Amino acid sequence: MQSSLSFTTSDITHISELALIPVTEEEKTRLADGFNTVIKVLDSLNQIDVSGIEPTHHVTGLENITREDIVDEARMFTQKEALQNAPVSYDGFFLVSRVLDK
Amino acid sequence: MDTKIYTTIVGMEIHIELATKSKMFCGCKNDPFNAKNPNIYTCPVCLAMPGGLPVPNRQAIEWTIKLGLALGCTIPLFSKFDRKHYFYPDLPKGYQISQFDQPFCKDGIVRVPEGDVRIQRVHLEEDTGKLQHAVVDGKKVTLVDFNRSGVPLVEIVTEPDIRSGDQAKAFLKKLHQIIKYLAISGADMEKGSMRLEPNISVCKGAFDGVLPSYKVEVKNINSFNFVKKAIDYEVSRHIDILETGELPKQETRGYDAANSATISQRSKETAEDYRYFPDPDIPPIRFTKDQIETIKQTLPELPDDKRIRFSQSFGLKDSDIDLIIDRQEHADYFEKCIDVINSTPAFDRVTPYMVAKALINSRGVVRVSETEFVQAISDKLTDLTIDPLILVEACRKITEEHHDAVESYHKGKESVIMFLIGQVKKELKGKGDAEKIKEELLMQLT
Amino acid sequence: MTDFFWLVGCLINNMKLNELTLIEAVKKLQAKDISHAELYQEIQKEIAKKNPELNMYLTINPEAEHEAEKLLNTPLAGVPIAVKDNYLTKDMKTTASSHVLKNFIPPFDSTVIAKLKHAGGVIMGKTNMDAWAHGSSTETSDFGRTKNPRNPDYLPGGSSGGSAAAVASDTCIGSIGSETAGSIRQPASWCGVVGLKPTYGRVSRAGIVPMASSTDSPGPIGKTVEDCAVMLNFMAGKDPYDATTSILNVPDFTQFVGKSLKGMRIGVCYIDHPKIIGTAAALSIEQAGKTFEQLGATVEQVMLSESLADGRILNPNYAIAVYTIVQRSEVSSNLAGYNGIRYDLGRGEFGAEAKRRIMLGTFTLSKGYADKYYVKAQQVRTLYIQNFNQLFQTYDVLIAPTSSMGYALPLGASKDNPMFGELEDMLLEPSTIAGLPGISIPCFRDETTNLYLGMNIIAKQWDEQKMIQIAHAFELATTWNQWVHRSA
Repeated sequence: MQSSLSFTTSDITHISELALIPVTEEEKTRLADGFNTVIKVLDSLNQIDVSGIEPTHHVTGLENITREDIVDEARMFTQKEALQNAPVSYDGFFLVSRVLDK
Repeated sequence: MDTKIYTTIVGMEIHIELATKSKMFCGCKNDPFNAKNPNIYTCPVCLAMPGGLPVPNRQAIEWTIKLGLALGCTIPLFSKFDRKHYFYPDLPKGYQISQFDQPFCKDGIVRVPEGDVRIQRVHLEEDTGKLQHAVVDGKKVTLVDFNRSGVPLVEIVTEPDIRSGDQAKAFLKKLHQIIKYLAISGADMEKGSMRLEPNISVCKGAFDGVLPSYKVEVKNINSFNFVKKAIDYEVSRHIDILETGELPKQETRGYDAANSATISQRSKETAEDYRYFPDPDIPPIRFTKDQIETIKQTLPELPDDKRIRFSQSFGLKDSDIDLIIDRQEHADYFEKCIDVINSTPAFDRVTPYMVAKALINSRGVVRVSETEFVQAISDKLTDLTIDPLILVEACRKITEEHHDAVESYHKGKESVIMFLIGQVKKELKGKGDAEKIKEELLMQLT
Repeated sequence: MTDFFWLVGCLINNMKLNELTLIEAVKKLQAKDISHAELYQEIQKEIAKKNPELNMYLTINPEAEHEAEKLLNTPLAGVPIAVKDNYLTKDMKTTASSHVLKNFIPPFDSTVIAKLKHAGGVIMGKTNMDAWAHGSSTETSDFGRTKNPRNPDYLPGGSSGGSAAAVASDTCIGSIGSETAGSIRQPASWCGVVGLKPTYGRVSRAGIVPMASSTDSPGPIGKTVEDCAVMLNFMAGKDPYDATTSILNVPDFTQFVGKSLKGMRIGVCYIDHPKIIGTAAALSIEQAGKTFEQLGATVEQVMLSESLADGRILNPNYAIAVYTIVQRSEVSSNLAGYNGIRYDLGRGEFGAEAKRRIMLGTFTLSKGYADKYYVKAQQVRTLYIQNFNQLFQTYDVLIAPTSSMGYALPLGASKDNPMFGELEDMLLEPSTIAGLPGISIPCFRDETTNLYLGMNIIAKQWDEQKMIQIAHAFELATTWNQWVHRSA
C-alpha cells in the first residue's frame, strides 16, 4: 500500500483482520472501491502546512480530572445484572468457546 | 562450548497490581483474589458497557509516582493515558487503557551487587479479566470473570542490563523489597499481584550496545528462583543454537517448572499493531514540581538508606542488617526495640547486636510487643549473669583441658575460639554472656 | 393570556394537547388546566396514527402515563420526552438502531436520563437513529428508515432523525438527541424544529453509546428555543462519571431570553462557498441577516479562506477530512468491545455502514498511517480552533446554513454513498471539531414541499446563553416557528 492509495482487496483483507470485522469476498471489492473514494477526500489534508502546530486531542482544556480511591457500592452491578444480557453464561461466568492462550 | 565468549542480555518486564481500595478507572472494589464469586465487582466501566467512561484513580497515580521516585526515576510533568488495541475475551473494551509515549516515570536505576539495572520506564494501566478453561456439556469452553478487569496495574520495564540469572534474581528481590516498603501492592506472585517476564537474548563476544536481532520472551514464571532457572536454561539453549551458526527464533516461550525448561508457544508471524492513540475520555495529567516534591516527602526511608543508617547507628554487620531490614515491619520492630532499650534503664545491658540476633533467630515470626521482646532478652542475660571469678575460672579450666584446641588457635586457626566458648558455656551450664566469655578466653590465650 | 382565551383559542384552532410546547405543557399541568391522562391520551393517539408510517419510535414506554402521574410537583411535571435510542435507559431496550444490540436491556440509566427523570421528565419511548449514529439520514438504521413528518417522501436527516421527527410530528413534548457532527442540528433543520448542540463537555456522555468520544455532545431537540434552553438546564453539569465534563457551574440558559440584541456583532459564514452560493439556503441566511439588523445587531459577512487569516473563516472542506478521520478512528476504537460475549450479538451483526467506518478508522490509526492521517487531522483541528478563537474576538455569534444540501433530501438519497453523512454535514463539522455550541432553528419553509431550511447559530465555547438569546429573538421576529406563531 502506498499513499493516495489504491486499496486492493488484499489491503481490505488485512484491515478486516486487524479490525476483526468479517467480510465476504464480494464485500471486499465494494469496500476497496469505497475506500478509494474516501481516501481522495482525506488526502486533501496534504495541502495544508501544519508545521509547528500541536495536535488537539481534547477541546475542553481540562486537566487532572481524577477520582478519590473510594468504593462506589451504588454503581456496582450484582452478578445477575452483570450477566443479564450475556448471550451465554454459566455458573456466574460469561462463556465463550475455547480460546487459545495469549 | 565456551560460554565465556557469549554475553547474556536480559531485560525484565514486571507488572504489579496496586492495592488500592477501588479499581483504576471506576469505583468497583479492588479485591479480585478474594472475591467469593465471579463477576461481583463490575460496573458499566470495567464491564465495558456502552457509555461506561473511565475516570482515573488519583491514589493509583500517586503511588505510581512514588514507585518511580523510589526507583530513582525522572517524573515528567506532563503525562497521559493512551488506548492500546487488541482483541481478546478478557479485554472487554477491545483496548486496554495504558500509557504509550508519555509514561509517568522514566530513567531510573536499581543497584544490586551483581550490577546496576537501569529502569527504562514505569507506567500505569489497567488489568484484564480472568479466563479459565473448562468443559461444559462436553464442549471445550472458556469462562470469563471480570472481577479483575480494571484493577490498577503498574508496568516496570528495565533496560537490557541483566547479565545473568543470578543478577535477575537479586534485582527482583530488591525491587520486591522496595515495593513492599512503599506498601502499594501485595506483590504476591502466588496471588497474581506480581508478574514477571524476562526478555532474553545472547550475543557473541562482549555487548557493544547493539541489541541482537532476536529476543525470546518467557511467560508463566511465578518465582524469582524460576526466573533464574528460565534465564539459565534459555541462555544455554541460545548458545547451542548460535554455535551452529543459526539465530534463535524470536518467540514467546512458557516456563515449565517441572522440567526447569521452557517450551515454545505459538509464535506470531507479525508484530501486533496496537494502534495507540491518546484516550479522548481522559484529560491529560499535569504535575507541578511542588506536587512531585510533596509526593517525594511521603517516601519512607528506603532499604539502601536504612542499611547505611543502621550500620552507622548500631554497628551491625551488613549481612545482619539485610536480614532485619528485609521487611519494613521488621526494621521498624527492631528500631522500636532500641527505643525501648534506650528509655528503660533496667534494659541497659541489652545491646543492638543481641536484639538483631534474637530477631534473626525468630525468622520473622514475632508475636509479642517490642517491650516484651526486649524483656525476654534481658531476662536471659540476668539468668546468664555469673560471678566474674567463676567465669574466669571456667575459662582457665577449659583452656587447660583442651590443649590441642589452644595450640590450633595459636597456629592461626581462629575459628577454634567458637569451640572453646561452647565448652565454657557447657561448663557453666548455659550461663555466662558469650561475648564476655570470648573476651576472657582471648585474654587468657594471648 | 387567561385560561379562557387559551381554551377558546384551542377550540377555534382545533389545537390538541400534544401540540403544546414543553413550557406550555408544564405550566398547564401544574396549574391543573390539563391532566396527565388528557395529555398522554393525545400523545398516544398521535403516535398510533403517525408512527406506523414514519417509524420514529422503536420502543414505546407502556408505563409512561402511569409514571407521569406521580411527577406533578417536579420542574418538568411529568411531560413525555422522546429519547434517542443511544441513551442507555434502565430496563428499557436500547439498541442504537443496530442488530448488534437488538436484545440489549441496560441495567443502568445514562446520567442524562437519570437527571431528566429526577427533574420529572418521562421517557415516552426510544427513537430511531442511524445505526451507531453513523449517518445524517436515519436511513441506515437496522430497523427501517424514519420518514420526515413534514413530507414523508423525504428523509428526516440524522442521526437523531427519530427524535427530530417526534418533535415535528407532535408525538412528544420534547426530545433529546446527540451530535457528533451535525446529528442534532441537521435533522432539526430538515424537520423544521429546534436542535441545540451544547459545548462539548457541557453535558455528560456517561451511559450514551459512544461514537466519536472527542466530539459527542448530547443535547435537546424541541419545538422552541426556550424549550431547548429549559431542557438543557436539566441536562447540563459536571458528572463524576465523565471526566470530560466541564467543572464550570451550570448557568440558567434562559437567563438572557428576551434581552435586546442591540450592539451585538453577527458574522455570516459559508454563503460564499461554491456549493452554497446562490442556493435557497444562502438566501435564507442573507435574509436572516437583515432580520438581525432590524433587531439592532451589526451583521457582516465573513469571507471564506483557504488558510488561517484574521477576520476570515477557514474553508470547511478540510474539516470534512479532519472529522472523517478523527471520528472514524474513534469509532473503530469505541466499537472494538462488541464481541458477543457480555451483552451484544457479535461483530457479524454490524451493518454495512458500521463495517465501513470501523475499517476505515482502523486503517487511519494503523502502523505507518497514524501519523499521516490521525495525527495530521488533529493538527488541522487545531487550526480550526484557532480560527474560531480569532473570530470570536470580534463576533458574538456566527450564522450559516445548517445543511449544506439545504432542504431535506428524498428517501434513498443516502444509499451507496461512502461519505454521505460527512459530506452533508460539511458546514457543521468545523464547529463540532472545535467543541463549540450551536443551535439550529427554522428560517424558511417551502410551501409546495412543506420542507424547511435551518439556520445554524454558533457561539464561542461555553456561551450557549448568547446563541439562545439570539435564536429566540429571531424566532419571535419571524414566523417560521409554528409553535411560537400559532395562528391564534
